[in-house]
Amino acid sequence: MINKTVQNVTEALEGVHDGMTFMLGGFGLSGIPENAISELVRLNLKKLTCISNNAGVDDFGLGLLLQKKQIDKMISSYVGENAEFERQMLSGELEVELTPQGTLAAKCQAAQQGFPAIYTPAGYGTEVAMGKETREFNGKMYVLEEAYKADFAFVKAWKGDKAGNLIFKGTARNFNPVMCGAATITVAEVEELVEPGELDPNQIHIPGIFVQRIFQGKDYEKRIEQRTVRQKESL
Amino acid sequence: MLDKNGIAKRIAQEVKDGYYVNLGIGIPTLVANFVRDDIEVEFQSENGILGMGPFPFEGEEDPDLINAGKQTITALPGASYFDSAMSFGMIRGQHVDLTILGAMEVAENGDIANWKIPGKMVKGMGGAMDLVASAENIIVAMMHTNRAGESKLLKKCSLPLTGVGCVTKIVTNLAVIEVTQKGFKLLERAPGVSVEEIQNATEGTLIIDGEIPEMKL
Repeated sequence: MINKTVQNVTEALEGVHDGMTFMLGGFGLSGIPENAISELVRLNLKKLTCISNNAGVDDFGLGLLLQKKQIDKMISSYVGENAEFERQMLSGELEVELTPQGTLAAKCQAAQQGFPAIYTPAGYGTEVAMGKETREFNGKMYVLEEAYKADFAFVKAWKGDKAGNLIFKGTARNFNPVMCGAATITVAEVEELVEPGELDPNQIHIPGIFVQRIFQGKDYEKRIEQRTVRQKESL
Repeated sequence: MLDKNGIAKRIAQEVKDGYYVNLGIGIPTLVANFVRDDIEVEFQSENGILGMGPFPFEGEEDPDLINAGKQTITALPGASYFDSAMSFGMIRGQHVDLTILGAMEVAENGDIANWKIPGKMVKGMGGAMDLVASAENIIVAMMHTNRAGESKLLKKCSLPLTGVGCVTKIVTNLAVIEVTQKGFKLLERAPGVSVEEIQNATEGTLIIDGEIPEMKL
């Protein structure tokens, strides 16, 4: 077993500095790397480029970095839940590259799997395709989208072992697996870190080869963005 | 004239046995409430679930189980979870049978705009561009006119496009309309709505062919 364990979040983020490009997993606030985000806030890194499907809410997730003006550029598909984000974007303080969600996933996965670029039909004929190479395959038009390049990928899993193998839970999986191995260094934080052999190899979602550092996360808040419930019908 | 639930109820009739269906945010979400219970349908949410169930009972909400609108949901027996790349693989690979989404504007050639009002609303396209670029069966659920009373069924979209020539059907508070090569073809009227009212609320070319029946709800 190649041991990927680091002791804490500080050790996990060794080597990060101003001006870097980060990938961050999560959809809305579900499955976001809470510990890594807290540490980035504490380190007060500046001029960051963040690739993340969403930008958190005003007071949680990536919204915490936006509050402190740590992010220069966001690459996301949907940013609707964050008023401070919208303010910074409309005022021009923040550069924003809006990308179709499936294209975002594909550009991460391409980086993970060694493809320099992919062709996607998403965005053809819209402003998203402007300036990009397009090509026809079997009578349909596609846009050439290049793989992302990032320095660190921060992902959050449910369980992991010391070899870096990961298992995700529910829809908290989302972008986390496709960002593993898509950056120079992938840092995984987990709710439960176990010994090698404790996870069934049949159930592993991401093999440890895609992960450079893994640590036991702590104090997960796991905030719910839209709490929707139904009433129990009385019989 | 229909309300939002009425639009959802009419669209539910388009959902067939054995369909995998992706529902957008807003009126489309309501469609799930009206699907016949004698057919088998699975709902996909692009953040990574097939077999999405209703909202959880109070106290049973799980932060690790949400839909694309970030609402807490449940999973039905037979459900599966997957990552975002696989989710859009299902969509791009045309494995999803029906896509229902909202729109700000639809053009008579099937172009759709629903993600951006320049200088005003900039929330992003989410998965909408991927959905409309790949799905073969796209139904738009929306009000026929905007808050200013202007038609949302246009000759040409004025807002930045989400996709080109992709919408197949539109269900509004006034009508059911099919998008054809010659323009908007009026299929059904909402209860109590006349052809003339629909014509007046439609800026794009409206094709009226014979008697237009009233919707059966």
